[in-house]
Amino acid sequence: MAVKSGARSSGRWLVVTIPYLWLLALFLVPFLIVFKISLSQDAIAQPPYLPTFDLSEGWAAFKDAFGELSFENYGYVLSWDNEFIEAYGSSLWIAGISTILLLLVGYPIAYGMARAPKSIRPTLLMLVILPFWTSFLIRVYAWIGILSPEGLLNQLLIALGIISPDAPLQILATDTAVYIGIVYSYLPFMILPLYSALEKMDETLLEAAADLGCPPFAAFWKITWPLSLPGVFAGCLLCFIPAVGEFVIPDLLGGSDTLMIGKVLWTEFSVNRSWTVSSAVAVLLLMVLVIPIVFYQNLQAREVEGR
Amino acid sequence: MSTGVAEKTQKTVGGIRRTFAPWNDPQAVPLIRYQNVTKRFGEFTAVDNLSLDIYEREFFALLGPSGCGKTTLMRMLAGFEEPTEGQITLAGQDLVGTPPYKRQTNMMFQSYALFPHMSVWDNIAFGLRQDRMEKGAVAARVEEMLKLVKLEKFAKRKPHQLSGGQRQRVALARSLAKRPKVLLLDEPLGALDKKLREETQFELMDIQMELGMTFLIVTHDQEEAMTVADRIAVMNHGKLVQVAPPAVIYEQPNSRYVADFVGDVNILDAKVTALAPGLVTLEAEAAPGMKLTATQECEAKVGESVALALRPEKLRVELDPPADPNVNCLTGTIWDIGYLGDLSIYHVELPNGTRVKAAKPNLTRMVERPITWEDKVYVSFTPDAGVILTR
Repeated sequence: MAVKSGARSSGRWLVVTIPYLWLLALFLVPFLIVFKISLSQDAIAQPPYLPTFDLSEGWAAFKDAFGELSFENYGYVLSWDNEFIEAYGSSLWIAGISTILLLLVGYPIAYGMARAPKSIRPTLLMLVILPFWTSFLIRVYAWIGILSPEGLLNQLLIALGIISPDAPLQILATDTAVYIGIVYSYLPFMILPLYSALEKMDETLLEAAADLGCPPFAAFWKITWPLSLPGVFAGCLLCFIPAVGEFVIPDLLGGSDTLMIGKVLWTEFSVNRSWTVSSAVAVLLLMVLVIPIVFYQNLQAREVEGR
Repeated sequence: MSTGVAEKTQKTVGGIRRTFAPWNDPQAVPLIRYQNVTKRFGEFTAVDNLSLDIYEREFFALLGPSGCGKTTLMRMLAGFEEPTEGQITLAGQDLVGTPPYKRQTNMMFQSYALFPHMSVWDNIAFGLRQDRMEKGAVAARVEEMLKLVKLEKFAKRKPHQLSGGQRQRVALARSLAKRPKVLLLDEPLGALDKKLREETQFELMDIQMELGMTFLIVTHDQEEAMTVADRIAVMNHGKLVQVAPPAVIYEQPNSRYVADFVGDVNILDAKVTALAPGLVTLEAEAAPGMKLTATQECEAKVGESVALALRPEKLRVELDPPADPNVNCLTGTIWDIGYLGDLSIYHVELPNGTRVKAAKPNLTRMVERPITWEDKVYVSFTPDAGVILTR
């Protein structure tokens, strides 16, 4: 017995340790490296920052290197004179509006899927996941073809006589195009958690509500909506968090005045060649996003407790 | 509670206690009327041209196997299904086309369907708030309901923090809170264990009498229907087979189906050999040459095949022949014995191989019973014990 339980506990230990080692090696260590770079100074060197830690020069030099680290870059990023704070704000705003749009578009789709006959639900689910089979980048490029002034959308509207050929809709290179791109790309991440929450719901609850005198629309707000909230939160966070740091969509579909932190970070890194400032921007972005993540974790914990 | 009983059991007239039986009163106006109601789902006919009257303050049970249409019949009253043909009226008002949220019926669901995100209190208050009842009145009614189902201490709990029996009570309180004209109970006790189920059956009856409401219960459990109901409707294939008080259903079933579905029964195929007013003489296939008598009127003619239904507790199993020559008697051997503690069930094999069951109460504490396997026994029953069934 003792041997058996020993074997079992070491098995359990292994199961827990492997994913933790994975997270440690591929998330925590790289993060610490980025954090360290954010505390360094730019330098014309290889790599382009100082100090570097090198144990070959002895312990004292290693300790001195520590002394050279500073939060200077953070001060730079957080100063009102630079556009970083504005970019953070604009990113949060665009991600927030996009998340609301995603919820407005995704909820009815998820609801329809969850109430569809059981036999066709797998097909509908498949259709939602299907776009993932094509590269994300290609799908975003495809929107350029649709939204550009001589693109498919304008051609269609001109052919239908809704707009005149002289004044095509100027959508590409505006914030509207960014919203369209984000809503399109992130929609499955909104639909799937909503669908799983709505599908779990017992439909007799709606019968019970009707039986107690509640008309269908009111029953939606009193029963269906509150019971789908875990899915709503999960979907919103799954969309909001990556949308804040989104780089490809604003870069391809947005205009020169579309300000998003992902784009700023990219410029800082590749054009200004400042690894240190771009690292500080990345670390601060993470800090900003930790707030909703912690909030979500709390919510989940409360729900698990509730079960 | 006692006032409820007094109201329901009408005044004592001439020393005879008159009980509640509006269905025998031609003046009584039914509360619920199903008139030629048919419900089809595609090709399948769930309810087939059915008419039924249910009276105010009645505890009415719909009994039948699954798929017999009893649940559909109830759901049509709640408004979750619309009849394909026919009319349903509640207190004189035609219900067809009225959505469920505008009907004065409430239902206790088989799964309870409690709102998981609301406390017990909010669940019970839900229907009252729908009616825009004033706050103080809602609170008073909810408190009253909590007291009725003895859950005062659990008002703040969520449904998942309750036991099955407690959830069942919340569901009951919620469906009673609006004081519906009719309370519909869909297999309300199905999820409870036997002991709790029996207790709850009596509580349901008490509550029904206390509130003076009309209850319509759907169940496949015949004991439950017998215990709680004033009248039972036995259903099969979307039709009513018999509608009668429990004792009539049990003692005077109108068909083999009812006799077989409700309780245990021995059915002997027989031929009518002679008819006299109030007395039928039969010859059973299982006992050729033996003359059996039954004191009842019979629609069948001499020579026709009928069935003689005998409840096991009405058969006597003895080692010696009965002394009274008027008593019907069959012979056989003990094939098996089922000892249930309170009863012993003797399975007796008749000469042609038919087996009959006879129940005998174990009145003494003997461990060794005088009758045992392979014994030659006499199975006797009085002429009024059997029921002749022609259907």
